[in-house]
Amino acid sequence: MPVVKEETVAIGSDADVVLVRQRVRRRAQELRFSLVDQTKLVTAASELARNALEHGRGGEMLLQVLEEPPRSGLRLVFVDRGPGISNVELAMKDGYTTGGGLGLGLGGAKRLVNEFAVESAPGAGTRVTVTKWH
Amino acid sequence: MAVNLIHLPRILERHGEALLADWIREQLQSRSRTGAIKEGELREQCAEFLRLFREATTKGGVDMTRPEYGPLRELLANVSASRGAQGFSPSETAKFVFSFKRPLFMRLREELMRDPVALADETWAATELLDELGLYTTEVYQKAREAVIVRQQEEMLELSTPVVKLWDGILALPMIGTLDSNRTQVVMETLLEKIVETGSEVAIIDITGVPTVDTLVAQHLMKTVAAARLMGAECIISGIRPAIAQTIVHLAIDLGTVVTKANLADAFKAALDKLGVAQLPGR
Repeated sequence: MPVVKEETVAIGSDADVVLVRQRVRRRAQELRFSLVDQTKLVTAASELARNALEHGRGGEMLLQVLEEPPRSGLRLVFVDRGPGISNVELAMKDGYTTGGGLGLGLGGAKRLVNEFAVESAPGAGTRVTVTKWH
Repeated sequence: MAVNLIHLPRILERHGEALLADWIREQLQSRSRTGAIKEGELREQCAEFLRLFREATTKGGVDMTRPEYGPLRELLANVSASRGAQGFSPSETAKFVFSFKRPLFMRLREELMRDPVALADETWAATELLDELGLYTTEVYQKAREAVIVRQQEEMLELSTPVVKLWDGILALPMIGTLDSNRTQVVMETLLEKIVETGSEVAIIDITGVPTVDTLVAQHLMKTVAAARLMGAECIISGIRPAIAQTIVHLAIDLGTVVTKANLADAFKAALDKLGVAQLPGR
């Protein structure tokens, strides 16, 4: 799957979450995603960036523009250096939260994109990869 | 290695006038923004710097954190502030200090030609000191900028959360921009105060201008609604665009019993109905 463009955004503060949303929105607009798809992807990015910030003590987002004619897509990889998730299945469950939020972020993000993968182990940080195709 | 300056104060004393002339010439030549600063002003600043620099190095050695350097630091802060206000970049501002190196080192060389060790020591000490002073102007410059940004953020926070009265008993809160925790706090406080102040029964929260509604924003909204309800006011959330509506569904956010409307006009109509205000037929 050829990656045409790549950029990295550091996630270290609330302001960076806003930056993540702006970058993702701009790329999605460049790829002519529909308004609904733009909004879905930006919202998923917002959830995952905040997870990386709040549960993962910060990290970064890798943004990749994918070309696979006739379709194109955006892949976002969120990597954090946090304690990791001990039970990914449980964490994906709606309503499960350890941080006082609604507990819908991870599962919600999955429903907002086409492809979704979590790699995590206790102590090894978390890596969430999402892809949205156009 | 910080050496005490032995020769520098003497050189400054003896060649003050010549140094000043050289330095000003140096700055006028290398200046990229010709005419941006008046020669008279520059001369004044340079002369003052030289005078204070001589005093400070005579009494305070090379440690710019000592109280003897107080007046000099103050001068640099003023220079930095006035140049910042005139649109100079931080490096242009720092050059005010750095440009003094060449004339000073030329003098040092002439004076200490016969004593290479002293020349090296003195040059090293002077360059360290001038670097620190130059960086200090940058630091001041940056602090001034940061102060401006903080002030603007605070102003925006207040600007962006107006609560307006639409009707007797109906308030509207048009929200614009990113809803982070700070903003939500301000929004909630202003809304609750306004509800008490006006005795309103309905508050319309319009999120047309909120670009992204994720779980955190939704949670903030629900808390605001719950707080308003405790104060005896019902909330209507309006301005939910189609893309946002679909996103909220995918996120599985339950807005519960909160009344939502597509736009502010519909929300206003619903509020009037709730208050039993008679409306003209056909509207």
